[in-house]
Amino acid sequence: MAILVLVMVGQRNLFAVVVLAGIYSFLMATVLVALDAVDVAMTEASVGAGISTVLLLGALYLTKGEEAKPLHRPVLPLIVSVAVGGALVYGTLGLPAFGDPQAPIHTHVAPHYLAESVKQTGVPNVVTSVLASYRGFDTLGETTVVFTAGAGVIALLRRRRRNGENDR
Amino acid sequence: MKGDLILRVIAKLLMPFILVFALYVQFHGELGPGGGFQAGVIIAAAIVFYAIVFGLPAARRLLPDALVESMVAAGVLIYAGVGLAGLVLGGNYLDYFVLDHDPVHGQERGIFWVEAGVAITVCGVMLKVFYMFAARARDLDS
Repeated sequence: MAILVLVMVGQRNLFAVVVLAGIYSFLMATVLVALDAVDVAMTEASVGAGISTVLLLGALYLTKGEEAKPLHRPVLPLIVSVAVGGALVYGTLGLPAFGDPQAPIHTHVAPHYLAESVKQTGVPNVVTSVLASYRGFDTLGETTVVFTAGAGVIALLRRRRRNGENDR
Repeated sequence: MKGDLILRVIAKLLMPFILVFALYVQFHGELGPGGGFQAGVIIAAAIVFYAIVFGLPAARRLLPDALVESMVAAGVLIYAGVGLAGLVLGGNYLDYFVLDHDPVHGQERGIFWVEAGVAITVCGVMLKVFYMFAARARDLDS
């Protein structure tokens, strides 16, 4: 995956970048399957590799296939992103070790969900019961976010089209 | 791609399987991996596939713009409606225990409708975004 990202950064042909991003998403999905997060893997494969690849190709059709040469050397953005990345990696050092049974997420509400989910909701897939029932408000918020994104796209693209017609 | 016979035949053969798989992901999400979000995306992918092979006007005849736009809003309304139904029946907002005589059945019913709402909104938004991009491409062509 790291090699893939480096190739994507170096690549000037945007079509190749879109295809490589799709491959990256599929690799990410296999990583998530290896971590036993099948629900997330499914979402990553269908959204990241499927729909967003199609949308990016659609956007590519509207623009040119080659990335323009940058006007100046991107030194400052490079420093900022390396600094932020370094800070995040430094932050992960403070987290409990991977799979640590004493980590706070394993001792707070997770055992309650795992033990009581089937009894309380009748749903064997704990991911679904947490998503839709215990954390119902969060999911309502997420759905609203998706709705807002769709409404925003509708508003933006519609107006632009009308302007274009006026210009002609 | 309209003249490509093999693609058209294969696309027609694949469509029902994709849609059945989407419904399986939707309704089997309580037992296995999956749920409303994934099912909505798969349905949208099926329609996008149809649009790519048969052309955007065919897809728009299948699912008109007005329907897609109302799906965007309808899903959120269903989700919020489940919450309000909990309030009306004497529970808290998004409390599913009161939706049926048996609390466990009430939970199942609530989760079912909530997942349906998520699927409808996600499918509508994905399709709407695709339609808008594709329609712009067509405008450039003409």
